Amino acid sequence: MAGTNTMTKDPILKVDHLSMRFGGLMAINDLSFEAYRGDITALIGPNGAGKTTVFNCITGFYKPTMGMITMRQKAGKEYLLERMSDFEVNRDAKVARTFQNIRLFSGLTVLENLLVAQHNKLMLASGYTVLGLLGFPAYKKAAAQSIEQAKYWLDKANLTDRADDPAGDLPYGAQRRLEIARAMCTGPEFLCLDEPAAGLNPRESLVLNQLLRSIRKDTGTSILLIEHDMSVVMEISDHVVVLEYGQKISDGNPDHVKNDPKVIAAYLGVEDDEVEEVFEQIEEIAVAAPGETPK
Amino acid sequence: MANMTNTPESAGSNLMARALREGFYAGLVALGLFVLFVGLKTDQNILNELILVQRWGLLAIFVVIAAVGRFLSVAFIRPYLAERKAEKAAAPVKDANFFVRNFSMIAIAVLIVYPPIMVGLFGFQGSLKWVDNFGIQILIYVMLAWGLNIVVGLAGLLDLGYVAFYAVGAYSYALLSSHFGLSFWILLPMAGIFAALWGVILGFPVLRLKGDYLAIVTLAFGEIIRLVLINWTAVTKGTFGISGIAKASVFGIWSFDVSATNNFAKVFGLPMSSSYYKIFLFYLILALCLLTAFVTIRLRRMPIGRAWEALREDEIACRSLGINTVTTKLTAFATGAMFGGFAGSFFAVRQGFVSPESFVFLESAIILAIVVLGGMGSLIGIAIAATLMIGGTELLREMEFLKHIFGPDFTPELYRMLIFGLAMIIVMVWKPRGFVGSREPTAFLRERKSVSGSFTKEGHG
Repeated sequence: MAGTNTMTKDPILKVDHLSMRFGGLMAINDLSFEAYRGDITALIGPNGAGKTTVFNCITGFYKPTMGMITMRQKAGKEYLLERMSDFEVNRDAKVARTFQNIRLFSGLTVLENLLVAQHNKLMLASGYTVLGLLGFPAYKKAAAQSIEQAKYWLDKANLTDRADDPAGDLPYGAQRRLEIARAMCTGPEFLCLDEPAAGLNPRESLVLNQLLRSIRKDTGTSILLIEHDMSVVMEISDHVVVLEYGQKISDGNPDHVKNDPKVIAAYLGVEDDEVEEVFEQIEEIAVAAPGETPK
Repeated sequence: MANMTNTPESAGSNLMARALREGFYAGLVALGLFVLFVGLKTDQNILNELILVQRWGLLAIFVVIAAVGRFLSVAFIRPYLAERKAEKAAAPVKDANFFVRNFSMIAIAVLIVYPPIMVGLFGFQGSLKWVDNFGIQILIYVMLAWGLNIVVGLAGLLDLGYVAFYAVGAYSYALLSSHFGLSFWILLPMAGIFAALWGVILGFPVLRLKGDYLAIVTLAFGEIIRLVLINWTAVTKGTFGISGIAKASVFGIWSFDVSATNNFAKVFGLPMSSSYYKIFLFYLILALCLLTAFVTIRLRRMPIGRAWEALREDEIACRSLGINTVTTKLTAFATGAMFGGFAGSFFAVRQGFVSPESFVFLESAIILAIVVLGGMGSLIGIAIAATLMIGGTELLREMEFLKHIFGPDFTPELYRMLIFGLAMIIVMVWKPRGFVGSREPTAFLRERKSVSGSFTKEGHG
């Protein structure tokens, strides 16, 4: 494996021998990889490679057939995610996620979306509703704090002007940003984004890149993202894992992955008469991304 | 046509001329169309000869209807609609007037002075009908619908067996008061707690189901409770029901039992009348309703209330945010059931008699219809819907004049389901989200904008 510089880093998420079988279909087959603390890790692969299945296994929405997923928090506490149910993965292990097809609470306002994300914190502050219902000041304080927190993320996602509008009324790009902001309001250490740039125009992708970078810089949250948009992947990720047919075919920094013949074959196919084209494509990618040495 | 006063005079006369002209043309067209169809009819006479029957009178009616209809449409109805449309377009966010802004406060004030006004108008005996049949009856359904609103309107869980919790509350009071002699004020909270407990017992296995499946299982639960009440005769006396249920007292200070020494009328030296008790019950159910509304409004601003609404919008997203959806659904079920239980114990105290007949599926359906008609999640809309539906039923009983039209055997209340069905269809076509379709946000940064009903979801489980 290339990318030896990352090997010295501290892994936040370790996926070991993960397999997921749907009836006769092996969606993921003996997949192992690591995501490092403070990194932006990209999970790429052709359609149907099993990327979203990996996400669903990590975030507890699927129970994997085999394997182990270990999440190590900053404080050193370890969680075996495959044993936890979906909401515990977020509540206890501090892993947040977004969805490929945006799942906002469209009838709630943007601000309310961000307040719902702080549910567990507020439940505790309101004494499981009882104290809050009786009007204890502790809840009022916590509620004010949660609005401050929401404001912070509204500002980051550039949504402050739309705070009191229903989430369903936002344009598509803003909905994507809101979903990320909402996930961040749960206070995660590890953020999983399922195709955050899907359907965004180049300008919006750029804004998204900035948002992801600033999330990493300001909160130290590690990010794992699935993405098809190579301009996003190559631009912001520190570490790329490539899947095909549920198996890992490449793993390393973006440069390494970009030039890996297996990756090229997976993406472009390797018919004899297409080999020429393949090399041309590589040239193009190399030229498109500045500061890289062409093959 | 009062709206004509709004249009300027000159435009009015011009319009009138046009309307008259168009009315005339419409009459002409109708004459041309119907003269052969309606005006003349072929028939056989007694000798089996073909004859032509002339029906000029009928033809005239057709022509007049067409002409007058066209005239009215052009002169009054269309300008009125256009004006309203223009008004709406001109001022899309017009400031609501005083009445609309303070509707709930005004409504509460009216309800508080309602019994004295009725007594003033109809005397103690005459006010019974208005306070009891209209006031208390409507308020019971308001409370039930507000309770169900938590489950259906906020959390988006379709519950077709809500009446089961109403029954649990009613029988809790009836049984515990007749066996142990406990007072209403002890049993009211207990009835709520029992109903909530049953809500949890039912909810725990059932809430893993979604949508239609959940609806069917809750429907079955409602029937199970009713069948148990019918068949467990040793405890519930089956279909005979439990009668002679003790009346409530004013916190144990004044009683409404005729024989008691601290009888309300005796203490204050008033003439004996059953209407004091009814007026007391009216204020009691009003207080219970206000409690329900207060708790619901407070809960919506709590994290649990927001989680309910989030659950209605998207359950998977809720789980991805670390919200335990099972406990969240259970609390919604239990809270809704608790208010059903309160209403049930009040029902038992008011009737003095409970039997399984009061808790049939139709009751659940009516309560659900009120919630849907009012606008899911909206307290004011639901209160209006309850007033219309339950008040409408009672009004039908009052419509004695219909007997003069349809004959003495006509009982208008038998047609109430027909009328309700029609009314619901009309309302749902006209306002698909119920009377109040928009939703008030629970928190805001700069200004409180209500969320249009087109964004909110109905829930799916």
